[in-house]
Amino acid sequence: MRALARLRIDQLVTRHVGPIDLSIAAAECACIRGASGSGKTLLLRAIADLDPHHGEVYLDQASCSSLHAPVWRRSVALVMAESQWWSERVGDHFAHGVKDDWLEQLALPAAAMTWEVARCSTGERQRLGLLRTLMQAPAVLLLDEPTGNLDQESALRVEALLADYRRQRPAALLWVSHDAGQIERVAQRRYLLDEGRLSEEAPR
Amino acid sequence: MNVVHLSPVDLAIASLLIIALAGLSWRMQIGAERQLLLSALRSTVQLFLIGFVLKVLFDNGHPLWVALLATGMLLVAGREVMVRQKRRLVGWWGFGVGTLSMFLSSFVVTVLALVVVVGNDPWYAPQYAIPLLGMILGNTMNGISLGLDRLTQDALQRRQIIETRLALGDDWQRAIFDSRREAIRVGMIPIINAMSAAGIVSLPGMMTGQILAGTPPVEAVKYQILVMFLIAGGTGFGTLVAVSFAARRLFDERHRLRLERLTVRDD
Repeated sequence: MRALARLRIDQLVTRHVGPIDLSIAAAECACIRGASGSGKTLLLRAIADLDPHHGEVYLDQASCSSLHAPVWRRSVALVMAESQWWSERVGDHFAHGVKDDWLEQLALPAAAMTWEVARCSTGERQRLGLLRTLMQAPAVLLLDEPTGNLDQESALRVEALLADYRRQRPAALLWVSHDAGQIERVAQRRYLLDEGRLSEEAPR
Repeated sequence: MNVVHLSPVDLAIASLLIIALAGLSWRMQIGAERQLLLSALRSTVQLFLIGFVLKVLFDNGHPLWVALLATGMLLVAGREVMVRQKRRLVGWWGFGVGTLSMFLSSFVVTVLALVVVVGNDPWYAPQYAIPLLGMILGNTMNGISLGLDRLTQDALQRRQIIETRLALGDDWQRAIFDSRREAIRVGMIPIINAMSAAGIVSLPGMMTGQILAGTPPVEAVKYQILVMFLIAGGTGFGTLVAVSFAARRLFDERHRLRLERLTVRDD
């Protein structure tokens, strides 16, 4: 098992969001909720270093700016709300293949790798998009409504898979969700993002 | 040589076609007559002007004048590439990327052809240098503007895909790979088509001109082949360089897609 992964955000400012300070331990999951336009997605993008920003983010002891950007993004991986596909077949997007038991855990058949992307439902694409990122074994997952297009049963399966991954890797999770019930189930700590300011909420 | 010299009357007779067309356009309310007459007039004036410039230049082939005219042609072509972009790079990049790439490809190819292939003395003799450069520059300009336009449009359209690939840890070269390849292909298609159709569907203009001016057909064909290859080389390398420069400029040193480096659509 690798050394404990940990995400530390120090005075992060991006557009109208911030300054934000936040630390997430390995095997910990922090949830963020907030109204549309409060900057949740912008915050995740800045942590993944996809947008210019001020302040610094650390993975363990290594600062974002000290690492090659693609290396940073493989370790601190953003899963976008809408999954995007560029090749015809699903399998073309999985350079390192896929773990069959993960497919099974998300109720996807092993044949999913041979599917045409165009024929997949939004929900199938969202689950496959998550697996695509998990196959890179990131130490930190930035999840932008990872169950936004899923029914209740699939959402629970995704939650279970992510909980397993979080403990086994062990990974730090920063999870944006609109679903109060889901936050209740998955979060160790809860935050509210309001007009670019992050505040911790007491567990209910 | 049995060149038939054209008299002003000959040209006037040919211009009757334009006038007749304009008249018909006016009668049928097509509304193209003004543009038609104006552009016919423009091309007449522009061509006579460049004819006189070339005449003076040919009589007095000082390298400084050749270089000056070549630079002027390059700058005009660079401006043309810039204004043909729907969304171009902001600042000097919008002009610089196309112009620099044209300079690198067209000038190198032209000089190479003049020194190695034509082998005239002096190598910069304007009778050869200016027409060759003109043809290569004109075609390279088309290729580069098509390629750059395609690249920026594609990057805008596929923004989410490109950023997803970046988020998955691809570097900028991998993330823009498909768009860059398409853009380079699009820039090279016109010259590839021209080479495939040459002699069957179309008789290239340069060759036709030489034959009309009395050159034996096979000699004209040889020159046409030379020019086609030079154009293909200039266009291909120029498009490759321009699209690669521009693709690089769409990302910053942290491999972030920076679409705000493109101008805002002004229509």
